[in-house]
Amino acid sequence: MSSPHCLAHDHKDTVAVVVVERLKAGTEMLGVVTHDNSDFRIRAQQDIPIGHKVALKDIKAGETIWKYGQDIGKATAPIKKGEHVHVHNVKTKRW
Amino acid sequence: MSIVADFTRVHRKLAPVKGRKIEAPPFKTPVARRPSTSKLDWFMGYRRENDRVGVRNHVLLLPLDDLSNAACEAVANNIKGTLAIPHAYGRLQFGEDLDVHFRTLIGTGSNPNVAAVIVIGIEEGWTKRVVDGIAVTGKPVVGFGIETHGDISTIARASYVAKEYVQWASELTREKCPLSDLWVSTKCGESDTTTGLSSCPTVGNMYDKLIPRGIHGVFGETSEITGAEHLCQARAATKEVGNRWYEMWKAYQDEVIEAHKTDDLSDSQPTKGNIAGGLTTIEEKALGNLEKIGRECKFIEILEPAGTPSKGPGLYYMDTSSAAAECVTLMAAGGFVVHTFPTGQGNVIGNPILPVIKISGNPKTVRTMPEHIDLDVSGILKRTLTIPEAGDELISMIVRTANGRLTAAEALGHREFSMTKLYRSA
Repeated sequence: MSSPHCLAHDHKDTVAVVVVERLKAGTEMLGVVTHDNSDFRIRAQQDIPIGHKVALKDIKAGETIWKYGQDIGKATAPIKKGEHVHVHNVKTKRW
Repeated sequence: MSIVADFTRVHRKLAPVKGRKIEAPPFKTPVARRPSTSKLDWFMGYRRENDRVGVRNHVLLLPLDDLSNAACEAVANNIKGTLAIPHAYGRLQFGEDLDVHFRTLIGTGSNPNVAAVIVIGIEEGWTKRVVDGIAVTGKPVVGFGIETHGDISTIARASYVAKEYVQWASELTREKCPLSDLWVSTKCGESDTTTGLSSCPTVGNMYDKLIPRGIHGVFGETSEITGAEHLCQARAATKEVGNRWYEMWKAYQDEVIEAHKTDDLSDSQPTKGNIAGGLTTIEEKALGNLEKIGRECKFIEILEPAGTPSKGPGLYYMDTSSAAAECVTLMAAGGFVVHTFPTGQGNVIGNPILPVIKISGNPKTVRTMPEHIDLDVSGILKRTLTIPEAGDELISMIVRTANGRLTAAEALGHREFSMTKLYRSA
């Protein structure tokens, strides 16, 4: 398998981590779910830095974000599939 | 695996600095002999008077308090091969905060990576308390109070002893010890999303393999479990330990965070470095953090800050801050002799007595800060390295470090010794 552009931990996840540098909007990404090494394709809608997250589906404001198959917070704005997910559109439920 | 070149990374081009490139000049180093897998059953360590095994052989100048740093540093300057570990506290502390202070100093001096200790304090009472605590291990230890003598006389008297100690320690030899004599701690820092994908699960895989072989392990970082507390509680060996763990975690939330926060912790947890690295929330950070304890290990007991395990081999939880230097200092005081430190964005931490092995899976960090990274696991992100393979490489690096290989942090002189302070002094 060629090197993936992004990795998700679990099939339940709604975000994946970009693992290549200088990812450009429009890139047809190869994604891998590390849980079982299955792969998927997704198109990046924005430039996303390495280590940052990409939405794997359209997410509504207020919706829970899933990573590691777990709840990691909630969307504070609507997020489209392929867009950058970070502190500008997601917040903790804790503090 | 038998003989492998070990120094390929230093030949890489480093990051541009202010428009120019700094490159290591061309040089060759002899090929290093790595332990073969079959030799990973043992390591060469210093067996101490109390039967604990150290992997370093320090003679420490340990200040009781901030006022005694100057004398300790002067003695370390006089007597080559000794190590002073200055710190900021030790006066007018009381209650639980004072207990942590004493436990940290006594634990640091008692650590088997330390051959002998000279304690210097402003007065003799508390100095003796630290000396007596360390003396339980049977190692050479002596204390000096500065009052009624002054710095110069104290430095002279301590220097005579330091010279004897360092010459004595220099004749101690390493002996073959089973892997089960290793106490291996972990704490990650400058985490990002790559730590949860690569370097933290590498540590977890190492614990899944070595805990069943009888090592002691420890993890902590109480604030940073927030968001994964249900998963952490479930990893306690018994329901009773799990319940006590949850009470400890909840007490931290209520008594520290709720009592002291000004708005929320979003500016501190995750840190600015975490956020730059792509971590968005404390829950996400906590889930990555918890990857360090693997899939199978269960923790058998909860240690207070700087507490020493007393229930035998296994994985322990220590109630620590998530700040790197504070946490690693407490784990060193707990008696751990090798530390595994996953980093994403490139935390540069070291410790004076505990070798800190840096593991990174972030290809950018490995490229831009190579001198800080002991183990590059970025192949995990490219799917060219599996987590079990990375775990084996970490075990090999732990054994090499235990045998004497200096870590990046040791070679670079990182000696962060940071006392945990629970509240204002009187």
